[in-house]
Amino acid sequence: MTRRFALLMTFVLTFGTGMAAYASEGGEPLIRQSWSFNGPTGTYDRAALQRGYKIYREVCSACHSMKLVYYRNLEALGYNEEQIKNIAKDYTYMDGPNDEGEMFERPGLPSDPFKSPYENDKQAAAANNAVPPDLSLIAKARPGGPDYIFSLLTGFEEHPPEGHTLLPGQHWNHYMPGHVLAMAPPLSDGQVTYEDGTPQTLEQYARDVAQFLMWAADPYMEERKRTGIKVILFLLVFAGVMYTLKKKIWADAH
Amino acid sequence: MASGEREPFQNTVVEWIDSRMPIFTMLQKEYGVFPAPKNFNYFWNFGAIAMFMLATMIATGIVLAMHYTANTHMAFDSVERIMRDVNGGWLIRYIHMNGASFFFIAVYIHIFRGMYYGSYKKPRELLWILGALIFLLMMATAFMGYVLPWGQMSLWGATVITGFFTAIPYVGESIQTLLLGGFSVENPTLTRFFALHYLLPFVIFAVVFLHIWALHVTGSNNPLGIDTKGPQDTLPFHPYYTVKDTFGLLVFLMIYCVFIFFMPDILGHPDNYTKANPLVTPAHIVPEWYFLPFYAILRAITFNMNLYFIVGLVFLFVLIVEFIWRKKPVYLSASAGWAMLVIGGFLILTGFTGDSCQRIDPKWLDENGGFKGLCGALQSLPGMSAAAAPISAKLGGVLAMFGSVAMLFVLPWLDTHPVRSARYRPLYKLFFLLLVVMFLVLGYVGSQPADASLLGIPLIYLGLAGTGYYFGYFLVLLPLLSRFEKTKPLPESIHQAVLSKQIKVEAKI
Ligand code: HEC
Ligand code: HEM
Repeated sequence: MTRRFALLMTFVLTFGTGMAAYASEGGEPLIRQSWSFNGPTGTYDRAALQRGYKIYREVCSACHSMKLVYYRNLEALGYNEEQIKNIAKDYTYMDGPNDEGEMFERPGLPSDPFKSPYENDKQAAAANNAVPPDLSLIAKARPGGPDYIFSLLTGFEEHPPEGHTLLPGQHWNHYMPGHVLAMAPPLSDGQVTYEDGTPQTLEQYARDVAQFLMWAADPYMEERKRTGIKVILFLLVFAGVMYTLKKKIWADAH
Repeated sequence: MASGEREPFQNTVVEWIDSRMPIFTMLQKEYGVFPAPKNFNYFWNFGAIAMFMLATMIATGIVLAMHYTANTHMAFDSVERIMRDVNGGWLIRYIHMNGASFFFIAVYIHIFRGMYYGSYKKPRELLWILGALIFLLMMATAFMGYVLPWGQMSLWGATVITGFFTAIPYVGESIQTLLLGGFSVENPTLTRFFALHYLLPFVIFAVVFLHIWALHVTGSNNPLGIDTKGPQDTLPFHPYYTVKDTFGLLVFLMIYCVFIFFMPDILGHPDNYTKANPLVTPAHIVPEWYFLPFYAILRAITFNMNLYFIVGLVFLFVLIVEFIWRKKPVYLSASAGWAMLVIGGFLILTGFTGDSCQRIDPKWLDENGGFKGLCGALQSLPGMSAAAAPISAKLGGVLAMFGSVAMLFVLPWLDTHPVRSARYRPLYKLFFLLLVVMFLVLGYVGSQPADASLLGIPLIYLGLAGTGYYFGYFLVLLPLLSRFEKTKPLPESIHQAVLSKQIKVEAKI
């Protein structure tokens, strides 16, 4: 009976996870990385997140919004209140109306969402040939998540393989489903200055920004996994107690 | 349950209430001393587990509803607000999101348990039908719930599924408009789906109550499938099964929690983390995993059913009723039956080939002159064109899908074999396990794009074969087995079976 039960549970698990592995069509197999946040006890690497945020701020934010993330959230990256205030006040926000009924401009506050580069999707599309997607959730919205982002950023090809022609404004990428996208390679070696001596290479940039985007999409991952371990341990002990109790109660049953 | 018959309680408060409304007496009778067969295995845990999951879904759902906004401009962001800014919101949402999957896992195991051990047979038919009704309501609830977060799959899943209703002749368009509150999936759809998604779980709760009421009238089935004959066959529900159910539930919860805390998004689709956009169609629209087998059945019918095909099918159905369902044919002689079989088969083949010819690559036809001639001849027959087919491929798919769920409702009258448990029915066991395998294969087919293939075999054929087996199992195999299957000898009683098993175990030691 226990054997059958074990069998059943294996079945449930494999069926559950197997079914979830939907095929990702179009692109080449992703470059798999080992991330600090992999595994049941994985955590984010704060230094990498800060570098990743720097990349986003200096490069990606020229085209991509991150509307679901607020400056106050940067506390999780290890910035203190003062630093966050300073980051936010570099941006200008339209606010109002004030008591005279006028709209006015003011510097950003920690309670503001990340400043979007464009007023609306139409403007964004007009400037880029396509709408650069909001990056708040991109790491959850693409199969492979951070592996996909890393592969995409490092997977550009200046010239498409023979037999393919690109229209103006199109670029070839090994990992984009369909291989063609409207984003030019955004990163190259030495483009962003790191103050902590980390190598300033394309690979390193891509790795850092992928980690930052994973954090942005899943800011509670560390708390979630920590809670999970406690919950599972509790259930394990509780189930053990119940099993012993069951044995005891059933001892005189037959 | 007149209050005159009850035993007084020691506790004065309990006694005060019970003498006015004997609720404690009822609980005591139904959950305390309620006699349950003593040989349940762990498959009998899943009813209690499903009940627990329903309570979990209602509890977390109500909290979600406090923060959720049912408006197409705000729904997606309000769910993300729950994930990011509501205290513990991510936990509540992940419990609810994965809870739907684990509710279905529990209920699927519960249903297949019932089929394996013949729990749907007399006297438990009504109990079974109520269960099938719960399953149907769950499907509707989960389908509408998946639309609420207003991601890409929410929108496009709803568009595809409600689109199938338009296949129903005359009223289909109106049904779709009524479901959607308009002509496409938009704000009125979201608001009515939210209202219904809030309502239906409570309807399910009510049907679960009836389900358990019916159970407590007939008593539980058991792995041997034989009736209990007296107190030596049973144990009081408490403490024996309360403790066993709790243990089983905890193991189930452990697996459930592994998903909630360590891979909360793995059962969902990444596209649902992109806000719904009516202008961008996802490359590959798939429903939630628990619908995939039925989705595969829906897509398996890729051919139109013209008049020839339908008449042939009716012939076949009459034959099944006359020669398989009835012990003795009433209206047809054996020779008439053979004639009908030949004519029916011929009509089905004619109709099917004629319809297929219209979809075949014409180039392929040109190289095979003979085949082209056959196709030409077939197509010149009246009523052969796709437009003239009373049942289009789309309608056929919808009928097959609803039919596949309907099979559950009529199952007690398709399998009338007096022996319940598959343990004593070797053939039934074989065909049943094959059904489970086919169901999983259909699930796989449903998860793939319609034009995919496996080892060179186009998956539509696999889907069609699975669908054929599914209906064949219910409509032909079960009635046949009911009449002809020889069973292994049944044990004298539950008590004796349990005893002899213990003796065997002790002999081994
Ligand atoms: C010059 C503008 C621009 C910059 C700078 C830019 N992007 Fe993009 N990005 C785009 C556009 C436009 C698209 C849409 C491409 C398409 O849909 O064809 C896009 C698409 C993407 C996608 C989605 C690809 C997919 O699977 O659909 C990701 C991920 C992405 N960018 C990441 C980044 C990151 C990370 C950076 C910073 C290192 C960055 N982008 C910088 C313009 C830009
Ligand atoms: C039979 C029980 C139930 C089932 C099977 C079910 C299923 C679902 C599913 C599959 C989702 C989509 C999850 C996602 O992808 O985010 C969902 C969302 C939701 N459900 Fe339920 N649900 C049930 C009960 C309830 C109840 C009783 C309520 C409210 C009283 C409720 C309120 C909500 C809300 C507000 C959402 C949107 C938030 C979100 O998507 O996370 N649900 N439900």
